[in-house]
Amino acid sequence: MSVLLIAEHNNKELKSFTLNAVTAASQIDSDVHALVIGNNCGDAAKAASELPLVKKVITVEATYYENFLAENFAPVIVKLADNYSHIVCSANTFGKNLMPRIAAKLDTSQVSDIIKVESADTFVRPIYAGNAFATVKSSDAKKCITIRPTSFDPCESTGGSAPIETAEAGEEFSLTKFVKREEVKSDRPELGTARIVVSGGRGMQSGDNFKLITSIADKLNAAIGASRAAVDAGYISNDHQVGQTGKVVVPDLYIAVGISGAIQHLAGMKESKVIVAINKDGEAPIFSVADYGLEADLFEALPQFLEELNKLNTIQK
Amino acid sequence: MKILVAVKRVIDYNVQIRVKEDGTGVVTDNVKMSTNPPDDNAIEEAVKIKESGKATEVIAVTVGEEKAQETVRKALAVGADRGIHVKAEGIIEPIAVSKILQKIVEKEKPDLVFMGKQAIDDDCNQTGQMLSALLNWPQATFASKIEVKDGKLEVIREIDEGLETIEINTPAIVTCDLRLNEPRYASLPNIMKAKKKPIEQMNASDLGVDTAPKIQQIKVEEPPKRKAGIKVSSVAELVQKLKNEAKVI
Repeated sequence: MSVLLIAEHNNKELKSFTLNAVTAASQIDSDVHALVIGNNCGDAAKAASELPLVKKVITVEATYYENFLAENFAPVIVKLADNYSHIVCSANTFGKNLMPRIAAKLDTSQVSDIIKVESADTFVRPIYAGNAFATVKSSDAKKCITIRPTSFDPCESTGGSAPIETAEAGEEFSLTKFVKREEVKSDRPELGTARIVVSGGRGMQSGDNFKLITSIADKLNAAIGASRAAVDAGYISNDHQVGQTGKVVVPDLYIAVGISGAIQHLAGMKESKVIVAINKDGEAPIFSVADYGLEADLFEALPQFLEELNKLNTIQK
Repeated sequence: MKILVAVKRVIDYNVQIRVKEDGTGVVTDNVKMSTNPPDDNAIEEAVKIKESGKATEVIAVTVGEEKAQETVRKALAVGADRGIHVKAEGIIEPIAVSKILQKIVEKEKPDLVFMGKQAIDDDCNQTGQMLSALLNWPQATFASKIEVKDGKLEVIREIDEGLETIEINTPAIVTCDLRLNEPRYASLPNIMKAKKKPIEQMNASDLGVDTAPKIQQIKVEEPPKRKAGIKVSSVAELVQKLKNEAKVI
């Protein structure tokens, strides 16, 4: 029994959540093989070979793998799947897009977004936006699993020296064409992995007012999040959305400002270690999950917050 | 051009979910049910494309128990032309739903199949991609903008890093993000009219699809509760607690 871990990368480096996926894969079985599909992705394959938990790396290269289209990836993974009992990938947009296409071709009922490995066939996964946890047992001979990256620690990234093998590319799927990717570049920590997240909601009242959030995030070296209400109102772009249909974050500190705390938002942040809520409505549901609640007008509280942070001699980075 | 839209009946997004005491699932008796929210976006987009003259027919399809028909009826009330209800009981896993939809696609031969990107009950996010795989069609998942061109679609997808644009040939599958559009409400006259629109009913077994679950649900439980927090009276107190008590800054 071996686990085929589909690595997410940008052809040069592994994406950080691949390390979390390797940890999850290794809890299923210690024989973890990392599959790196891309174009000129030798550096990413080398990085995968240095993960001590990875026993073997398989690379598949072709120009049409450059942009990670599921239609191109799935057939070659299905072909390689013969030798594996489990196929594992992160449940971010890359894995969510790809894994069901593999599972259907293998006639497997996929187990999505697991947060815990109970055994090789039994897993825990959140349902109903995390309002319930289901323990499920898969009866498929070959299991397709996506893992919630924030529920598993990242594995060690250096010290390993797994052999790198090359596999033959599959055919190109010509009916889907990549046009462009507009990535939001930022010097801040990534929302998904940041130690501190400061999020704004509808209470921010405008995109301009997010400057108040930005200045605090700058001070704390934090990522900036938002509720769907704030995104829908056009205050901030969707890649900042935290919640059931956005990103799931588990920072050490989550500061929710002007966010009422709809079920869908709580789904994306309530596992955070420490939660702060700043809201002028004392009855807002966000207070029910907050470790520290401050009932106050955010337009007064945020400038004061910055002032108090400026008074501190040291701030953890 | 013909558009098939798959819709699912789920517990309404505003309902506070309660886990059954015996751990077999969540309470659904006397709970408000609605169409899965991003499926509303899928219907809206299909109807908009038809209104723009680029599609001739919108068919709404659902898989589920008798009452799932309400979801199709709602789609008819906002502009779908006819409905299909494939009856099946219990938990129907995405792999089974996609096989059922494959049979419907083979019969109806739509140019496009739309559906929500994920259902808010099981949060699986699988069916659209699985259907694309079974049909070997292009897939545009998490769509927040769709432009219909001649025999092609240009779709903007919401991905973790930002936005991705792809061009796909039809026939194709599109799974819709909540940001795709603003679903309309059904007007009373349209609700009345929808009652006369046809809904074809059939059983999953008539289509030769085995819907028995391949994943056994062992137990469903409440997530661990957070310990009750405290209210602080000032910003200064908050910062002091974060620094000295929680030690996170």
